[in-house]
Amino acid sequence: MTLVGVASTGSSALIRTRLSGWSLTAIAVGTVAVTVVLFAATPMQGRVAFLLFAAALYVVAQTTVSALVEGRRRATDRLVTSIVVACSCAAVLPLVAVLGFTIAKGTAVLSGSFLTHTMRGVAEQDANGGIYQAIIGTLEQVGLATLMAVPFGLLVAIYLVEYSSGRFGRFVSFFVDVMTGLPSIVAGLFIFALWILALGQSFSGFAGSMALTVLMLPTVVRSAEEMLKIVPDSLREGSYALGIQKWVTVVRIVLPSALAGIVTGVMLAIARVTGETAPLLVTVFGNPALNFNPFSGAQASLPLFVFGEAGLPNETAINRAWAAALVLILIVLILNVVARVLARLASVRS
Amino acid sequence: MLSTPPGGNLDRQTRRRGDAIFRMLAQGSGAALLVIMAAIAVFLVLQAVPALNADTTSFLTTLKWAPDGTPSSFGIAALAFGSVLTSLLALLISVPVAVGVALATSHYAPRWLARPLAYVVDLLAAVPSVVFGLWGLTYLVPNIIAPSTFLNHYLGVIPLFASNGTYGKSIFAASIVLAVMAIPIISAISREVFIQTPRDHIEAAWAIGATKWEMVRTAVLPYGRSGIISGTVLGFGRAIGETIAIALVLSANYEISLHILEPGGNTIAANIATRYGEAGEVGRGALIASGLVLFIITLIVNFGARAIVGKNSRGGAS
Repeated sequence: MTLVGVASTGSSALIRTRLSGWSLTAIAVGTVAVTVVLFAATPMQGRVAFLLFAAALYVVAQTTVSALVEGRRRATDRLVTSIVVACSCAAVLPLVAVLGFTIAKGTAVLSGSFLTHTMRGVAEQDANGGIYQAIIGTLEQVGLATLMAVPFGLLVAIYLVEYSSGRFGRFVSFFVDVMTGLPSIVAGLFIFALWILALGQSFSGFAGSMALTVLMLPTVVRSAEEMLKIVPDSLREGSYALGIQKWVTVVRIVLPSALAGIVTGVMLAIARVTGETAPLLVTVFGNPALNFNPFSGAQASLPLFVFGEAGLPNETAINRAWAAALVLILIVLILNVVARVLARLASVRS
Repeated sequence: MLSTPPGGNLDRQTRRRGDAIFRMLAQGSGAALLVIMAAIAVFLVLQAVPALNADTTSFLTTLKWAPDGTPSSFGIAALAFGSVLTSLLALLISVPVAVGVALATSHYAPRWLARPLAYVVDLLAAVPSVVFGLWGLTYLVPNIIAPSTFLNHYLGVIPLFASNGTYGKSIFAASIVLAVMAIPIISAISREVFIQTPRDHIEAAWAIGATKWEMVRTAVLPYGRSGIISGTVLGFGRAIGETIAIALVLSANYEISLHILEPGGNTIAANIATRYGEAGEVGRGALIASGLVLFIITLIVNFGARAIVGKNSRGGAS
């Protein structure tokens, strides 16, 4: 049908004429030409404006021509298709912009010494300094949070899938959902109110890990729950038939079958909390110097470092923020990609 | 493999001890999760009450944040207004785009393109919010001045687009950053529901000669409505709780103003991040009180959404 031209000879009352690929190309060339002329003749300028204007003009022209030749229904259809394409571009564009910007700005500062030095005694306008203390802090805080959230979350998921029946299980499940919607700053304030104000402890990496645990928990529970649910019941029944106890069945048969999927969920949860800034701000506080001990005293962290440097009215500080943001994005994206590849492999196997 | 002969199964007392412990452990974890949720509410209230008592003005209506001043005076009005306004504007921008993306990845794009596109939009959700904030601060804010001026010039008669002539670190910029962050959530959830549209609904539409859009409008969108709603609510939840990106992009003040193009405005979450460092004893309590309000707003939104979605799916089934 794409071969049928505007002046189709075979058109009947049943089949309306359709626009051919050629006529669409002609419309595209025409709109670009008109845009070029307009940008040359009027004060309009800018590459982005050019693209936007040409695209908008193309959509208008295509819809108008389509309405005249193909009728109103086809014209609406074409218009909606154009809008869907535009939406996709609008969603992908920010990612490209953010990634491109971070890479361009970040690589200018990133170096071996940036990764292995701290900010101790470095003023905001000094070009040296680095993120060693922030990397150590983030690794320790996220590591501790993972150590707490994964066993806890797994047990809750096991309870929901293997044991729960009735009201209490539904109640727990409901509050896992509520916890998913908990704003990260509220999780931070909770630990601040409990650990620092009520119990009188100091800011520390561990306080941050507790806040991150609250945020990781629902993600771990939900993903582990999904994975445990798809373990076939025949495996459990086979195990029971051999006279094996329920808890051994869960630990030795069910969990290993769901392992790949659970690891994927855990990695996505880690990636999510690694970028969290707000809860750390009120619990870890940030520190320009290196503090190896996560259980005592303020620590640094990568997201906090980015936030702190970005707020300083100085170009070198903002450049440092970009370099740290690049490291942070790399960590998070690598975790994400590895997790998804793992999920792919796991689904192929089952 | 088994140490006891099959007959040993009858000896339940010793056999089941491991089971009982494990069951208690699992059930205890479930209970602990409930305790954490309760503790969040309890400790926020406990720490907020002294500050609320110290407040000499009404917490609900005061347009000011000076909890450590003498006399102490602070209120949630401007912050709550800013939180809701930025989040609603963000939804206004992100919902149509996200539904468009969801349609593209579920029904419009060819298979070879749909998967990578969905994947890229998912990656957008993985970018840390502080990086979005940094991008908003150094790239978006300077570049939003031109379109803001344009909007003000042609639509300035509408109060929303009125301005005192300055642009940049505005509610408008903050809303765009929030919109970018909400898009992946809304589109992922909408897409999940769109791809489950029953085959026969789609083919019935094709059979009566519908165009693609007519098929989408009559089969996919009605079926996917609950997905769009719950995605929108989750997006709202993410937007209203977002702290760091807003703290970087907005230049804070404590006024209630609908002039979204002007610098100014503030949100509950961003205010916590910007005022936390300097807060004294009452100040910290005041920030916790504002966090409590945020917590309550997200709870209300979540429960509301559940009610709407539950009603809709039941209505659809009957």
